[in-house]
Amino acid sequence: MPPFTWAVHNLLCRCLSIPISAWFTLLCLFIIVPAVLGGCFSIRSLYLRTLLKIFEVSLIWVPNITKKVQNQNPLTSLQQEIRGSASCLCSDHEFDMADIFYFCRRGVESIVDDEVTKRFSAQELESWNLLTRSNYNFHHINMRLTLLWGLGLLTRYGILLPLRVTLAVTGISLFLFLTTLVGFLPNAALRSYLSEKVHMMGYRMCVSSLTAIITYHNRENKPNNGGICVANHTTPIDVIILASDRCYSLVGQMHRGLLGMIQRGMVKSSPHIWFDRSEVKDRHLVAKRLSDHVADKTKQPILIFPEGTCINNTSVMMFKKGSFEIGCTIYPVAIKYDPRFGDAFWNSSKCGLVRYLLSMMSSWAIVCSVWYLPPMDREEGEDAVQFANRVKAAIAARGGLVDLIWDGGLKRAKVNNAFKEELQKLYSKVLVGDHEDQSERMEIQKKKDSTTRQ
Amino acid sequence: MGSSSSISSAHLLRLYDRFESLDRDNRGCLSPDDFEALGGLAMNPIGGRIMEAFFSSGQDTVDFSSFVRILAHFRPTDRNRNKEGAQQELPSSRTRKLKFAFQLYDMDRDGKISREELLQVLRAMLGLQVTEEQLQSIAERAIQEADLDKDDAISFDEFKKSLEKTDIDTKMSVSFLK
Repeated sequence: MPPFTWAVHNLLCRCLSIPISAWFTLLCLFIIVPAVLGGCFSIRSLYLRTLLKIFEVSLIWVPNITKKVQNQNPLTSLQQEIRGSASCLCSDHEFDMADIFYFCRRGVESIVDDEVTKRFSAQELESWNLLTRSNYNFHHINMRLTLLWGLGLLTRYGILLPLRVTLAVTGISLFLFLTTLVGFLPNAALRSYLSEKVHMMGYRMCVSSLTAIITYHNRENKPNNGGICVANHTTPIDVIILASDRCYSLVGQMHRGLLGMIQRGMVKSSPHIWFDRSEVKDRHLVAKRLSDHVADKTKQPILIFPEGTCINNTSVMMFKKGSFEIGCTIYPVAIKYDPRFGDAFWNSSKCGLVRYLLSMMSSWAIVCSVWYLPPMDREEGEDAVQFANRVKAAIAARGGLVDLIWDGGLKRAKVNNAFKEELQKLYSKVLVGDHEDQSERMEIQKKKDSTTRQ
Repeated sequence: MGSSSSISSAHLLRLYDRFESLDRDNRGCLSPDDFEALGGLAMNPIGGRIMEAFFSSGQDTVDFSSFVRILAHFRPTDRNRNKEGAQQELPSSRTRKLKFAFQLYDMDRDGKISREELLQVLRAMLGLQVTEEQLQSIAERAIQEADLDKDDAISFDEFKKSLEKTDIDTKMSVSFLK
């Protein structure tokens, strides 16, 4: 065993006052070995099945659960509501002072809950998974449930969290140490081979430290060199999840502190693209660096998240067109998290990165599915925006997510008037009717008048 | 928060979460910018008027208690929990909803909906989709039907009377827990 890891374990065990051998055996047997070797599914699936069984049981103890109300499409419900019941024979609706209620209610509904902002808060569950953080509608219901929750709390914070934190710390320090070592090697081929191995080991240890149980689908579509991989973004952990299957070159801003140190360590052994804050604003520079990287076929594919921000994994928002303008093959990937075991969404306005990671490590598990979609190229006569939308639709369809046209940055920007016009058009149709309809009706009315007169 | 003590604690919690997520600069109160950032409100033809209702007391920020007080108008009257066991909506909640709707029409708060105010609302809801004559004829007909004392404006009582057969409760209720 390298002396370095001994020192780490020594320190930790002195802090925790548990015999070294016991601690080490635990770690080795259950976690490190499977992590390095790439997973041991039977234990994990058993763990998940047990948890699900417990959740089902707890569901029986809850008397009634509020069911979610489906949100109607505003354009169709306007007609239904203002026209009134089907017993009204005349197709002509006259203006009623009550018509304003429809618009008023829709307006207030969007204040209370709207499509865009809803995507930036965590998804609500229909049944409780014994984590208070996903607990909006449940308060103290009965003793049994609270006891079960308390037991869960003890398990998570007392057993799971310390194990995971140790693993994460060990993993990251080992990773930094090894990448620096590999960076000193003179032989380029050996260096790239070893750096890949070291990166994979690092990512796998991170994945285990979160107890992330990942299912990869369609592995034959895994990205090849010389392309760009795009995926929907829910959390910074997305990177770890994708990168534990194959190595990517990451793109991003150079940070300070611990994250910056990790970034610098990563660059020593493989070509990532880190920008200075000042360079990020210059789009041409960014595009040039990306296309240079892509043109070199020996380099790994670039991983980009075109949404630009974290969304809560119920939908996919507008893709920024920058990465679609470069003109290389795009490898779309859809990532869907199972919210029953832990909510992976990072709400950056509510909590910082460290708190987020701690809450991730104290959830039951992070279960997700990754689908590799077949590669897509830009077609003739298609511009970057249309291409981006096509890719987005494919990802949304595969992952079972809602395909929204809104921009993730919309939470800080104004929306265009096209939708307002649509609603106005619809309402005017209800009131005044189409021109053809109107002239027809006038004809019928004239005939009716002439017959009644007779 | 006296009148809104009838809102359940689960609703209040939900509204507080919503208030916090709308309050982008974390100042503890909402400004017009926070409302304008809502896509659903911006695309609503009378979105501006609904926003006005929140800022009606002349201030330019909305704190949580005012937020709840206005949204309490839209609380669905929970018929199951009615102590008398009666199945109809409480008269006070109906009046409150009607008053809110009345204020959407009556922008200058003089207690009457004048012809110009009605025209303005109609123009907002219909945009450029109808001609000026059509607009005038619609407004004319509406005033003739509702205006009982023939003063060429609709007062609150006339408004209430013209809507006595309408089911206000379902049309003006928003469920807070989804």
